[in-house]
Amino acid sequence: MSTIGTGYDLSVTTFSPDGRVFQIEYATKAVDNSGTVIGVRCKDGVVLGVEKLISSKMLLEGSNRRIHAINRHAGMALAGLAADGRQIVTRARTEAANYLSFYGEDVPIKELSNRVAHYSHLCTLYWWLRPFGSSSIIGGYDMDGPQLYTIDPSGVAYRYYGAAIGKGRQAAKTEIEKLRLAQMTCREGVMAVAKIIYGVHDEAKDKSFELEMSWVCDESNREHQRIPTDLLMEAKAMARDAQEDDLDAF
Amino acid sequence: TTIMAVQFDGGVVLGADSRTSTGSYVANRVSDKIVPIHDFIWTCRSGSAADTQAVADYVKYYVDAHSMELGRLPRVRTVANLMRKICYNNKDNLMAGLIVGGWDPYEGGQVYEIPLGGTIMRQKFALGGSGSSYIYGLVDSYYREGMTREECEIFVKKSISHAMARDGSSGGVIRITTIQSTGVQRQCILGSDVCMAMRWNHDYFYHGLNQRLKDG
Repeated sequence: MSTIGTGYDLSVTTFSPDGRVFQIEYATKAVDNSGTVIGVRCKDGVVLGVEKLISSKMLLEGSNRRIHAINRHAGMALAGLAADGRQIVTRARTEAANYLSFYGEDVPIKELSNRVAHYSHLCTLYWWLRPFGSSSIIGGYDMDGPQLYTIDPSGVAYRYYGAAIGKGRQAAKTEIEKLRLAQMTCREGVMAVAKIIYGVHDEAKDKSFELEMSWVCDESNREHQRIPTDLLMEAKAMARDAQEDDLDAF
Repeated sequence: TTIMAVQFDGGVVLGADSRTSTGSYVANRVSDKIVPIHDFIWTCRSGSAADTQAVADYVKYYVDAHSMELGRLPRVRTVANLMRKICYNNKDNLMAGLIVGGWDPYEGGQVYEIPLGGTIMRQKFALGGSGSSYIYGLVDSYYREGMTREECEIFVKKSISHAMARDGSSGGVIRITTIQSTGVQRQCILGSDVCMAMRWNHDYFYHGLNQRLKDG
């Protein structure tokens, strides 16, 4: 476990002697305890996948969405505290709409990520606010091609080929690094993401989960949308089979 | 004032007269009504000089920051949108008729007209200012699709010189700005050459037209 910042962790406006802001690190822990969220940038688009842990059997399937559309060409997948994530989504949508109204063109994904990061960072500057307890992965397609960004509670945005946040991120990152993303199409990416999420899900510790995926690619006409149902079924089936094969191998 | 802009394949030609008048007194007979907003995007101003200068300055400021953040050239559409936002939201207090003309690497040469109320209209060519009303007929008869850069320049010079001849609020010199991907060139047509422009290169103009009609 990490160190405990005795006395220096009471406020987000306090640095510790070794230059850390503990409140932000604690906020990141909230993200690390939530279900895994993965994003991969394939050669013709971006695929996002979420391991949505189901807390109760009574929950309607498809409720409590973790992937949201920001505008036609960009989507955001959230990890961490759900309510905080909702706030970030609303803000991202407002930023995208304002940009379009002001400049007459769709917000570039880089700019959108910068705005979201700016907003997240804002909440780490004042003692009367707390940092957001959620990270987001933004996947979008603009003039510069498909792009993938991650924004964490400290307010930094990084651009990635493949990213993972949440519980199973270490294992997921290892799997993603094995993929040859530059040669993969989004269809293949969907299969890979499903397989990885099924792979990192810990059956022992967590209860059941629901796989939620979306993409924005050439096939979807550069629009962010949920994976078509038949493709999703196919991906889930393949991923489940892959899991069983792995088990048999032992 | 007479201002005008014409789009051609690969750029635009912007033209304006140079008279600023306060009533019947000509305050400036050599004013520059074509202002740069960005490297390849310029604007023709008509209406209140103070209002249009203020709007142009604001838009220049916004577009500077915008293109810096984008890391690439701004769209002409973006500049026009910013102009019309300001013109529309302050329509009660402004008297500004603007024509935005420029080139960007995404859509090529474009002309946008933003008249008094804050409408935005993309057009192949646009006229503005008090002198424009006298040359609508001329412009409608001379304009053809697919003119070259030289033909557009002659077209603009001819039209503005005719407007300057008939409109009391237009006069002085003709200023022409041509914007292409290769760069921006400014010209100034003085004195007697303005009269010449009214008859200018008539044959060249019609020769080009006849050639096109022959080629089909």
